[in-house]
Amino acid sequence: MSTSLARGWETVIGLETHAQLSTRSKIFSSASTAFGAPPNTQASVIDLALPGVLPVLNRGAVERAIRFGLAIGAKISPRSIFARKNYFYPDLPKNYQISQYEIPVVQGGTVAIRVGETEKVVNLTRAHLEEDAGKSLHEDFQGMSGIDLNRAGTPLLEIVSEPELRSSAEAVAYAKTLHALVRWIGICDGNMQEGSFRCDANVSVRRIGDPKLGTRCEIKNLNSFRFLERAIEYEIARQIDLIEDGGHVVQETRLYDPDRDETRPMRSKEDAQDYRYFPDPDLLPLEIQPAWIEEVKRAMPELPQAMRERFVTQYGLTPYDAATLTASREMADYFEAMVATLPKEPKLCANWLMGEVSARLNREDVELEAAPVKPQSLAGLLARIADGTLSGKMAREVFDAMWAGEGEADAIIEARGLRQISDAGAIEKIIDEVLAANPKSVEEFRAGKEKAFNALVGQAMKATKGKANPAQVNEILKKKLAGG
Amino acid sequence: MALTLDDVARIAHLARIEITDEEARRTLSQLNDIFALIEKMQAVDTSGVEPMAHPLGGAQRLRADEATEVIDRAAALRNAPAQQDGLFLVPKVIE
Repeated sequence: MSTSLARGWETVIGLETHAQLSTRSKIFSSASTAFGAPPNTQASVIDLALPGVLPVLNRGAVERAIRFGLAIGAKISPRSIFARKNYFYPDLPKNYQISQYEIPVVQGGTVAIRVGETEKVVNLTRAHLEEDAGKSLHEDFQGMSGIDLNRAGTPLLEIVSEPELRSSAEAVAYAKTLHALVRWIGICDGNMQEGSFRCDANVSVRRIGDPKLGTRCEIKNLNSFRFLERAIEYEIARQIDLIEDGGHVVQETRLYDPDRDETRPMRSKEDAQDYRYFPDPDLLPLEIQPAWIEEVKRAMPELPQAMRERFVTQYGLTPYDAATLTASREMADYFEAMVATLPKEPKLCANWLMGEVSARLNREDVELEAAPVKPQSLAGLLARIADGTLSGKMAREVFDAMWAGEGEADAIIEARGLRQISDAGAIEKIIDEVLAANPKSVEEFRAGKEKAFNALVGQAMKATKGKANPAQVNEILKKKLAGG
Repeated sequence: MALTLDDVARIAHLARIEITDEEARRTLSQLNDIFALIEKMQAVDTSGVEPMAHPLGGAQRLRADEATEVIDRAAALRNAPAQQDGLFLVPKVIE
């Protein structure tokens, strides 16, 4: 971004995102949508496009589109139209894709993204329902291509942003926010390896200050955030180089090759697509009554943005912590389950979840749902920090044991004798002994050497095998040294 | 607006229909007749009329989201000119 700006160019990016909707059955047939089945075992007569069959729209797919529309504050169109998008490809057996064209089900809406400290509201153009195509396999089948139609007819929501993104970083932030949102509202599993969430990026450049948009290229099928970023970066540099060298950008579809880290044209210009959209005579207009929208609204979960604001006001968390905790619904649910058990310590809960637990999950490459320590158990451990039974260091030892499956915090504390010494009398006695045994350190401290203080704390901790409450040790030691 | 023979060739190509020059000429005159008819209809003032999406009234019926279909793959593949490992085989698609 900075390099193109420095060269006097502005980047204009719009994203088209395909989110596979998490329905059990396909958008127009009752075949299963489960991933990974043997080829062509989930392709019904409708998905195979046999003559005489008719599509019947899946209520679950429409409901998910409504949920998305509500989540981004869009207009849910009371009437929308399915259209045929005509093109020939072997994995599209009807020779047209059923999509929505002139009147989509979701219109407008906004998504708030964050890049560094800056928040930006991105306007959406639309989101429409359509069906996915099958899969072509180009490995060698006697010099032919293999066609698996299991994916044909899988419901997709194509989400189109306005061309308001100005850098690859903004594009990635937008895609990540959208990814978190569709998972949050339960309309898409977000599995990018399986292609459940993929982006096409429309990229163009123009001289800073030029009101006219440059010619755009569309980079298709970016199925990771990293590829999205790399592909856009490459494309920006390519277009600027081209124009600065006196050439001009040709509007075309390009593919990103991650191995060579470059984009290259997918189709030649002569073959420019002409999809000849027209309303599908097999499907009547989709009508959505206000009562249905109300019903969906009542079943909506609290949205991440609202939850983030609530975490700040209700629990006194910083906006940064609140944003981290609401990055996924799993994280937010885990946090709230902890706080429900330990209502007085939201900050402590947040710190442990974002610190110890997240580090542990990263290290072991485990998802939060699969974490061996449940939120109530973790809250049980934190309660022992809050009441002074454990120091932070001891708590980490107990946490490790809990993670290894040794049971609840209290049982581990008991079994390992980890109870922290918080009895002021006992600590005073130990400190008296330490002071008597280390006259040299005491002298040094009085002479102004701060380090000597730490040495004395260390001695006291050592004498108690690390079990003394460090805060109390500090306090009592300070008092004794000042008073003596 | 009148079409040309090039338009006819392009439309035929888009639909993957092979036509002879003679057929193209005949189709051109038929299509131009249809276009003349459409031009007449376009002269009618339709402002304020919602465009019709379907000749039948009413709204799309919806089905419950249930995966009930039992698939007979062998039957589906029976008509395929070529198949292997449960896949339909087609002439190599060049990317």
